[in-house]
Order: sequence, then C-alpha cells, then structure tokens
Amino acid sequence: MAHSHALQLYGPASVSYNVEAMTRSDVQLMLDVKAGDDASFNLLLQKYRTPLINFLYRMVRNTATAEDLAQEVFLRVYRARKQYSPSAKFTTWLFRIATNLALNSVRDNRHRQMDVSIDAPVEEEAAAPMPLPTREMRIDEHMIERDRAEFIKRAIASLPEKQRVAVLLHKYEEMDYAEIAKILECSESALKSLLFRAYETLRVQLAPLVAQPVEHRAGEGRPS
Amino acid sequence: MKKCEEVSNQLIAYLDRRASSADRLEVEAHLAECRACHERAEGFRKLWGLLEEEPLVEPSLSFDARVRARVSEEPRQRWFGWLVPQPRLAFSMALLLALSVWTAHLPREGGAPIASEQQDFEAIQDLGVLENYDVLSKFDALSEVPVEATPDQQQAQPPSPNSDGSDQPASEE
Repeated sequence: MAHSHALQLYGPASVSYNVEAMTRSDVQLMLDVKAGDDASFNLLLQKYRTPLINFLYRMVRNTATAEDLAQEVFLRVYRARKQYSPSAKFTTWLFRIATNLALNSVRDNRHRQMDVSIDAPVEEEAAAPMPLPTREMRIDEHMIERDRAEFIKRAIASLPEKQRVAVLLHKYEEMDYAEIAKILECSESALKSLLFRAYETLRVQLAPLVAQPVEHRAGEGRPS
Repeated sequence: MKKCEEVSNQLIAYLDRRASSADRLEVEAHLAECRACHERAEGFRKLWGLLEEEPLVEPSLSFDARVRARVSEEPRQRWFGWLVPQPRLAFSMALLLALSVWTAHLPREGGAPIASEQQDFEAIQDLGVLENYDVLSKFDALSEVPVEATPDQQQAQPPSPNSDGSDQPASEE
C-alpha cells in the first residue's frame, strides 16, 4: 500500500525528471544537452523563447523575422552543444548569438531597402519615420495609447546599433553590466558611457512624453 | 565636488542601485548641488518607466514545434560515432593518398642517366677482376672465343688440347 502511494506521489519517471530539471541551472541543462539529453534542450527553449523573441523583435521590428532569428539562435545553440564549455553564463552566449544575428539581419535589410524601388510595397512596421512630437505639441488622450508606443519604438530604433543593444539588454533583459559588456565585447566602463549616451538621447527625443504626467504609466525606475 | 562629466558614467549605476557606496555618496553630493544633473537623473527615472510601456510579444503557437522540427533534422551522435571518421578528415586522407600514388607514378626527370651511372658503378666494381691476369688466364669462357691466328702462330704453336673437337674445357681434364 505504501509502495503504491509512493508511486502515486512521484508518478511516472518523466514527471519527476522534469520537476528536477526545472531546478537545474542553465549551465547544467546545457551540459545535459551536450550529453545527449534533448529534454534539457526543450527546457532551455521554454525558458528563453519569450525574452529572446522580444529582444529580437525590438531589434528588427518584425515579428516573423524575430521568430525566424530566434529559431536560428536555438538551432545554433543545439549545433554547438558538443563544443559547449561553461566558461561564461549561458545567457551571455545565447544573447551574443542573438545580437550578431539581429545586427546582420538589420544590416541586410538596410541594404535590401536601398536596392528596392520607391514604389515597392512597404513591409510590416517599416513605414516612413513618424515625426516625434515637439515639446509644445499636445497629445490627445485617444491618441496616447497608440502613439506613445510608436514614439518609444521609433526612438529606440533610431539609436546607433550598439547603444540599442545595450539599452535592450539593460532595460528589458535586466542583465548586469559585466554580462552586457561581454556580449558587446567592450569594457564595463565603456558600456556605462554607452548606456549614458543612449539614455540621454532617448530622454531628449522622448522629452514630451517623459515630462508628461501619465496616470497609467507602469511605474518609475527600474523594476527590481 | 565632481564634475558633471565624471558623474555621468556613474549615474546609470547609481539609478540602478548598483553603484558602490563610495560612488553613491559622490553622485548624491553632486546631484544635491547640480540642478542640471538632478533633472537628468529624474528624466532617466521617468524614461525607464516609459520604456516599460512597450508591450511584450508572445511567441506564436507553432514556434516550439518549428524549433523542435529543425532540431530533429540535425544529425545525431551515435554510440559508434567515434569510429566513423569525420567527413573532412576522410576527404583529406583520401586526397593525400591519391596525391601520393600519383606522384609515385610520375616519370622522373633524368631517369636514364641514373641507370647508366648504375651500370658504370657495377663495371667499376668488376674492374679489379678484369685487370687480374691470373683470373683472366683461367677464365674458361675466354677459351671458347675463336681466335684468328696469324700464319706464323699457326706454324709455331702445337694444336690445342681442345682441337679434337670436344667441348670440354681443358681445366676439367
């Protein structure tokens, strides 16, 4: 009886294995993938697909391209599993691959746009730049929801590539300076300077929105 | 008090609450004195709140399946995988072998002189024998060489032991 109860509690081996796997570190999961455990790869996929797709989406501003690039990132991780050595954080490796792919995609897209005719149909979210509001411009309430997001999006997109990556990893992925510096292959001091310049640019560009008191703002300061 | 440029690099870490206690005190002292930097710091705080308004993108329902499908197409490591040579290594080895065979069968330049030199060398080795009169005088094969004798010699010399027509060498009698 006691035996059957234990079976009911712990259930099939796969269930107990997955619960155990959820508590393993990324490095341990990756080492298990290296040893041939595809279930560990699925756990990494589940854990990082959303942050990775969001990071890539903010880089390329196209959902389909972001998903394609995210697929490529995971595939490259899987292909490189045999050579993996836990010398750095898994996320540093993951986002370095993602950054390189995203920057290549942005550059390719830029070259492609230079080649196409001006009569060519406009791609998703690649419409002509929308002018940012001036300080004196009053933004009506009904426009706020749509336009604010658009202004923020365009302000981030207008940053130089390296500054944009630094802001996305710092603000949205909440990575520490050392990790971002490794991904961008620069010193921590250079990264702090890069972040300061990026946020200063955004502060100036989004000044009308920053100065505006908004009740629905999610909160001030960096989330803990 | 620190200058604005010096504080600027510490400002993000200060607002992040990741600055060291010494840096934090320096930045706070500067912000208390410098209105422009104080406003900038407030602006950064509000900006970070603003950036959070951007909505999250959810992966499509088929995303995981597509990744798994691509991963399943990747070649698997088998237990006997270490026995199977890597394709690049196998190709390199085959190429090296083919090159070796090909170069071994190439006609060598100056091959003939080398052969004649070999023959000369062998002749020089036999020179000592050829110059030894005792050996040559007893060399049976020479006795078989017909000699055209002069009329004087024919009269002076008695018939040779082999003049009876037998093929037996004289030394064997």
